[in-house]
Amino acid sequence: MADRDDKDLSGAAKMNRRGLLKCMAWTGTGVVWTLSGGVPRTLGLIGGAAAAEAPQGALTFVQISDSHIGFHLPPNPDPSATLTEAINKIKAMPTQPAFLVHTGDISHLSKEEQWDDADQIIKSANKQVFFLPGEHDVADADNGKAYLARYGKNTKGKGWYSFDHGGVHFIGLINVFEFQPGFKSAGLAKIGDEQLEWLEKDVKGLSASTPIVLMAHLPLWTIYEQWGWGTQDAGRALGYVKRFGSVTVLNGHIHQIIQKVEGNVTFHTADSTAFPQPAPGTAPAPGPMKEVPANELRKYLGIRTVNYVRGKGAPALIDSTLIA
Amino acid sequence: MLTTMNPASRRRRMTLLLGAVGVAALLAAALPELTAAGAAAVTAAASSATVDIDNFAFTPAALTVTAGTTVTWKNEDDSPHRIGDKNGTFKSAALDTDDSFSHTFAAPGEYPYICTIHPYMVGTIIVKPAGS
Repeated sequence: MADRDDKDLSGAAKMNRRGLLKCMAWTGTGVVWTLSGGVPRTLGLIGGAAAAEAPQGALTFVQISDSHIGFHLPPNPDPSATLTEAINKIKAMPTQPAFLVHTGDISHLSKEEQWDDADQIIKSANKQVFFLPGEHDVADADNGKAYLARYGKNTKGKGWYSFDHGGVHFIGLINVFEFQPGFKSAGLAKIGDEQLEWLEKDVKGLSASTPIVLMAHLPLWTIYEQWGWGTQDAGRALGYVKRFGSVTVLNGHIHQIIQKVEGNVTFHTADSTAFPQPAPGTAPAPGPMKEVPANELRKYLGIRTVNYVRGKGAPALIDSTLIA
Repeated sequence: MLTTMNPASRRRRMTLLLGAVGVAALLAAALPELTAAGAAAVTAAASSATVDIDNFAFTPAALTVTAGTTVTWKNEDDSPHRIGDKNGTFKSAALDTDDSFSHTFAAPGEYPYICTIHPYMVGTIIVKPAGS
């Protein structure tokens, strides 16, 4: 890290394997990554001047996820404070995003006061926000009625939607209402037939060169079945978008960044703004990593900037942690 | 749907049940509650049982009780969980850490259930007829 200089950073696009390995040694210390077409590039330490050198695109937006307002246990007794830090980070971005997306688990327990707090904090970014529910947002007595009443205006079915911005087609999928129980097979979330039929029609008329962003709370590929980290019928959804030249899948739920490339489709889970969860299979169960010390917590929390450069196809993704 | 039973008939059934085969499991579940107070206390304790929720799992995963038993799920996990049975007979609110939920099982049968927030978490309550 000590031998890193600005020259290295400006030449990041030409990074060789040795350079890449050197960068990999920095993970967890606040390095900004970009991912373009599946090839990771480093842009420098968070807060460093280099981070501001991210390519200026035709469209920039920010993904936040899993704010879990109402959680009150170790390692983060105050997720409102860390969400505020995330929003402050967005407000300080030199290139302001066109809008924000929140990929679910806004609240911890589907309570109005928890959503009130989250909305109040997020509102200070002064941006349009596209929300998706996490399973924690549909845990009210009426199975998601409260979420849909609050966040579901102008959406289809049980909260799904699509919109276009800057030539990119965005799709918000809901995979927290239906599931396959884990009695005889894996217990996994489902998108469900009605929504899948809608999706098929939604993308039918689009040109294959339209960049697609597919968002959902739970991962749209099976990361770890034993912990329910997957979506049983995601394959069908992906089948409808595989003809497109650039598909970017953005998910939350697992409170850590895991990425995968499959043809033209890149999959990315996001950090939480509240607490980390263990890497798949490294603990007896998922759930908050309560052993993380207070002074390390922010290394595990973060936001993601997505930057489309017109005519370049796949976007550049920059994941940055909350560490100052 | 919460079901209740006439206390007198429950007492009668519990008395019968104490002499019956299969009571061992019930007694084992009640053991932590046992005191020198004796049989009366055992009778009372035997009509309830507990399932602990921790580390994203139900313990015991399969619990056998007799009809009339009140089962209490206690969430000792750092994450919220929510009980829902396969056939919609019983369903809890979302249980935060340290919250609990109880349901009285009047009718014999098998009741597979899940955490509706984490559907891979499964458990079963097996309800035997009282006095069987």
